[in-house]
Amino acid sequence: MEEIIFDQSVPGHRAVSFPVDAGDVDLPAEHRRTSPPSLPELSELEVVRHFTRLSQLNFSIDTHFYPLGSCTMKYNPKVNDRMAGLPGFSQIHPLQPAEQVQGILRLMSDLERCLCQICGMEAFSLQPAAGAQGELTGMLMVRAYHESRGEKRTKVIVPASAHGTNPSSAKLAGYDIVTLQSPSGIVEAAELKKLLGSDVAAIMLTNPNTLGLFEKNIEEIARLAHEQGVLLYYDGANMNALLGMARPGDMGFDIVHLNLHKSFSTPHGGGGPGAGPVGVKKRLEPFLPSPRIVKSGARFDWSWDFPQSIGKVRSFYGNVGILVRAYTYIRAHGMEGLRRISQAATVHANYIKEKLKDDYRPYSPEPCMHECVLLCEEQEKMGVSVRDIAKRLLDFGFHSPTIAWPVHGCLMIEPTETESRKTLDQFISAMKQIARESRENADFVRHAPYRMPIRRLDEVRAARELDVRKK
Amino acid sequence: MNIPKDLRYAETHEWIRADGDTATVGVTDHAQAELTDVVFVELPKIGTKVAAGAECAVVESVKAASDIYAPVSGEIVEVNQRLEAEPGLVNNDPYGEGWFFKIKMLAPEELRRLKTNESYAQQISK
Repeated sequence: MEEIIFDQSVPGHRAVSFPVDAGDVDLPAEHRRTSPPSLPELSELEVVRHFTRLSQLNFSIDTHFYPLGSCTMKYNPKVNDRMAGLPGFSQIHPLQPAEQVQGILRLMSDLERCLCQICGMEAFSLQPAAGAQGELTGMLMVRAYHESRGEKRTKVIVPASAHGTNPSSAKLAGYDIVTLQSPSGIVEAAELKKLLGSDVAAIMLTNPNTLGLFEKNIEEIARLAHEQGVLLYYDGANMNALLGMARPGDMGFDIVHLNLHKSFSTPHGGGGPGAGPVGVKKRLEPFLPSPRIVKSGARFDWSWDFPQSIGKVRSFYGNVGILVRAYTYIRAHGMEGLRRISQAATVHANYIKEKLKDDYRPYSPEPCMHECVLLCEEQEKMGVSVRDIAKRLLDFGFHSPTIAWPVHGCLMIEPTETESRKTLDQFISAMKQIARESRENADFVRHAPYRMPIRRLDEVRAARELDVRKK
Repeated sequence: MNIPKDLRYAETHEWIRADGDTATVGVTDHAQAELTDVVFVELPKIGTKVAAGAECAVVESVKAASDIYAPVSGEIVEVNQRLEAEPGLVNNDPYGEGWFFKIKMLAPEELRRLKTNESYAQQISK
């Protein structure tokens, strides 16, 4: 394992020689240093090697398969970065007057229109910095909408299988959470009906849901909700299954957020930042965050003239570099290309599910969408946990899928459209080998990984005796 | 699974042991096993008034973070400060040194609404 840089220090090693006499410095005596700072001492080459070695320990989509469920770790085409690096986008400042930055304003306005088309919505805000902030923005709009109608509604319904951020966002917006159980894997209208009432402000749904299943009762759900004046919120985390094929707006959703860093191929998982644009139907448009981009003639401007807006949720324009990347991706593929992306993502997930079903029982026998949830029941009988399987996968050069969520002891596998059949087959063969090892030598799996720079971490001790300071 | 006879249980996996009008509360053996190794416990403030069923503490393991609910209404009169430095007590001795807080009960008859060891055993065997 690479030593930390302080432990590599050798007295006298230097990378840069500073002038001994820094000349007259206008600093009061009490603020002047009397002893040299305790920095590590290394040569330039030692520094370069240290950080290069560290960088080689990184795990990323550019180096490895990363089938993390509900995270859409797809390849991020390099052309996206090239476009975001163009000086007209990268060498501007958000405080420049609008007439000097017409290019980026036009791009953002076009991106809003693209997202409206993709989602079947009527207006978008690009401000929110990521999915969870998009959810909070959506919930604040739900609140503003009901208040504008003089209605006091206190509850938000969230399925038990929802992303954890859903109830958190609704709670942060001041709502009480009502959990909807869906034992069959999808929301049943009859169950939902029992919870609906004039005190419910919204229902938050992910479609396809976290089990990788399409909520096929969605139109009935929307009808029941709207009858009671309840708004329908779409968590776009799983949008990679639907691009160009089905639109949340057509299903009856009133508000959606997208994760550009998932479905639209911008870096995330440590490479971020993200972007969580929020789209709405016409009746919710007055509440979108301000300022908004407005067009008069050929000119784009910012406008604050939206008196019912919930206000600003993010500084300046949002995470602009990410918006440029997502726009590039959408324009490079077009609607037909996006459709093929979702088809391939769905075929890949079903391929893995079918190939692995004898070793890992699928949560649902139904075909899945862009991700599949497999259970590790057989392995658990041998004393091998889903965590052990995840650790063992590292030895094969694969990032673990999402584990133990949304159901106990499961693997949630989202291969995405960008992997080749060869990679999928390698993953399948690794999973089958782990199933075999679990039957024949469970102890071996329980102590994985073996080929990583470090062995199994003691997560409990790390959490109980947190120590991150070099003494 | 250890489910002592002399305690009452909430559906949300807390146990309660009454002593006069004060009661001690913790989480069950089943709960600690499901949570796995507890790494952090957030206790309520002494003097907090809680209604039965209200969230009043948080327990975190490497696997999950869960709310702990007051099984009965009343006022928190004592908390087990040792859990702050030794959260593992919840795993090692859930019904003893791993207790969470003591509550001065507002309506001790609420205890009757809680589960007996038998009905709690039935709940977790499902």
